[in-house]
Amino acid sequence: MNGYTGTILRINLTTGAVSRQATNMKDAALYIGARGLADKIYIDEVDPMIDPLSPDNKLVFAPGPFTGTFAPSGGRYHVVTKGPLTDAITGANSGGSWGPELHYAGYDALVLEGKADEPVYLWIKDDLVEIRRASHLWGKWVPDTTDMIRAETDVEAKVACIGPAGEKQVLFAAIMNEMHRAAGRGGVGAVMGSKNLKAIAVVGTKALSVAKPKEFKEAVLAGRKGIKEHPVGGAGLKAYGTDVLVNILNEIGSFPVHNFQDGYYPHADRVGGETLAANQLVRAKGCFSCVISCGRVSKVKNPKYAGEGEGPEYEAAWSMGPDCGIDNLDAVTHTNHLCNEMGMDPISLGSTLACAMELFEAGLITLKDTDGVDLRFGNVDAMVEMTRKTGLREGIGNKLALGSYRLANSYGHAELSMTVKKMEIPAYDPRGIQGIGLEYATCTRGGCHVKGYTIAVEVLGSGTKLDPHLTKDKPYWVKLFQDLTAAIDASGGCIFGTFGMSGENYAAMLSALTGITYTPEDYLKAGERIWNLEKLFNIRAGLTMKDDQLPARLTTLPIKTGPSKGELSHVPEMLPEYYALRGWDVEGIPTRERLEELQLV
Amino acid sequence: MPKVLMIHPDRCTGCQSCELACSFSHENQFRPSATRVHVYSWEREGFSVPMMCQQCDSASCMKVCPTGALHRARGTTLVEYSQEKCIGCRMCTIACPFGNAVYDSVTGSILKCDTCGGEPSCVQICPSQALEFVDDNISTRSRKMAFAGKFKSAFEGA
Repeated sequence: MNGYTGTILRINLTTGAVSRQATNMKDAALYIGARGLADKIYIDEVDPMIDPLSPDNKLVFAPGPFTGTFAPSGGRYHVVTKGPLTDAITGANSGGSWGPELHYAGYDALVLEGKADEPVYLWIKDDLVEIRRASHLWGKWVPDTTDMIRAETDVEAKVACIGPAGEKQVLFAAIMNEMHRAAGRGGVGAVMGSKNLKAIAVVGTKALSVAKPKEFKEAVLAGRKGIKEHPVGGAGLKAYGTDVLVNILNEIGSFPVHNFQDGYYPHADRVGGETLAANQLVRAKGCFSCVISCGRVSKVKNPKYAGEGEGPEYEAAWSMGPDCGIDNLDAVTHTNHLCNEMGMDPISLGSTLACAMELFEAGLITLKDTDGVDLRFGNVDAMVEMTRKTGLREGIGNKLALGSYRLANSYGHAELSMTVKKMEIPAYDPRGIQGIGLEYATCTRGGCHVKGYTIAVEVLGSGTKLDPHLTKDKPYWVKLFQDLTAAIDASGGCIFGTFGMSGENYAAMLSALTGITYTPEDYLKAGERIWNLEKLFNIRAGLTMKDDQLPARLTTLPIKTGPSKGELSHVPEMLPEYYALRGWDVEGIPTRERLEELQLV
Repeated sequence: MPKVLMIHPDRCTGCQSCELACSFSHENQFRPSATRVHVYSWEREGFSVPMMCQQCDSASCMKVCPTGALHRARGTTLVEYSQEKCIGCRMCTIACPFGNAVYDSVTGSILKCDTCGGEPSCVQICPSQALEFVDDNISTRSRKMAFAGKFKSAFEGA
């Protein structure tokens, strides 16, 4: 079996039962692996109306066919569950070496069910699977958890775990692997915490085989060459990380500031990738089989914020930086390290803090609500303190841990939450970049940029350059990026590979690896199938077209200053065309014809 | 001029591509648990070091081998391995002070770098030039030049 191990591992944490089943190869051909296969397994088994934090929820981890091979930047895994932040399907994707290790251990997916009656961790070494007590690890932060589990299992074990944020079910808690890599968004870490599962340690020693080795190597070398020759994939991301985007987005006036009250920040450069490279960067780091090396090993020397770790990414530097009115990169890097160590998503955290700051400045919350902390925009010490309090759910942190929607709504001001489907939208102002707004509005997991990253064409000019202010053709591009990304996620690839690789490259690699022939059209169709499967789950979970919209601020309050002054998002005008392109009816319900075409009925 | 496989840990991004290329070029599959190069990473500090056989002039593995399975052809630098002569005594794995000769129970053979016949696949795939296959005499040239450059900057700045 090529590109697949043929086995799915299932562990019921309530009963302790461990079982194995054969990978359904018909599903593998249709949904590829990782995001697609995990979606299919999850959605076939779980009632969409369940409470995400109840034992009824399941958590599916899956590497893709690429994962563990030398497909460029192709070592990723996906976690699928119903997300506690959005009450919709969620999927979080992570690099590092954990996904390949699970694949080498012999598993195309790991399905977790039920809830352990005390804290446990899983130890998987090839065919050996143990559920071990973890009471002594409960409360430990991510780096210590990782080291302690390695000491008890294998010095080279790959460890995916939760920190205190996951244990305490912060609704945007992450699952961390190799200490700094995150399946970051949507609260997958909270679901793991709700199951009393602290960690999954894996050692895999088996082989992954290839259908056509010579063709696979040729396709991989062609893909690697494409990335190396691309200005973003081959040079920019290694030199400055994703944080290089700070100046790029600010220069086009689409850099949200003060909880999206404006879209331009005069001192943005202070938190940009160039500044990071000059001050906090130790070296560039790559995930498994990565040719891009966007990872930032970073160190802060300022005694107040001293420490080592990784990041920040662009979106984290933005959320905990200028979105909170802050431009102290030492502090932002420090809170990014805290987020990694406590295991939580810095995008939702920063945006939730920005929302709290606006509530505070508007007098809607006071010192009594904030444990006496002056929560005005720009208060660096408050931002650091609130990060810690949120991860530990202390005081006001208990409310911040619910995300900005539930926070603002509890004070009667949900309109101040910059979310879609209750998930915080990230660092690209949709008033100045029309396509990305449509992606935020329609993404199956809520306010997300990565699952339809039109920034590549609207801002970076990768392959094509579109005018970010225009709506023309944007529904087409959003759908294309969403479908392609779903297929890449399902293959185990990194979306940054598209800075140099096309659908042809991906289809060629997947075909040679698996022996199943995919044309570029087949590859995109698999992505579209995955997208529709997720959409159908959300409809059955009770979501409607009302959930496919941006916060009113972004369609009614124009950007005040900078190059995109006066701009608004036009998502409502683009939505009908998007639905039509998707073959959905006017309310965004997939038509029977399209579902038949996608083999979904 | 004999060549050496030079390791530059300061350039390594920890991506393990070298392990994958090594495994694939020897077995046409991916089995990093049995490769001739292995990357060790310190995650807290974000530092990675690839480890592999450096073809010692005075090679303990060769000296201890009772059957001549590990040997060197006259006038060459490579420590070669002949599986047909190997009795699987594992003495070489004990003798190598670096741990760069490893016994693989799946194939019943010793794994050590064979430089892929003079075109190391790990070097070809490394995305950051952390591995170089260069003439012995100039193996440290790039490192020396990088530091010389720092002197240059210091003097220019003065």
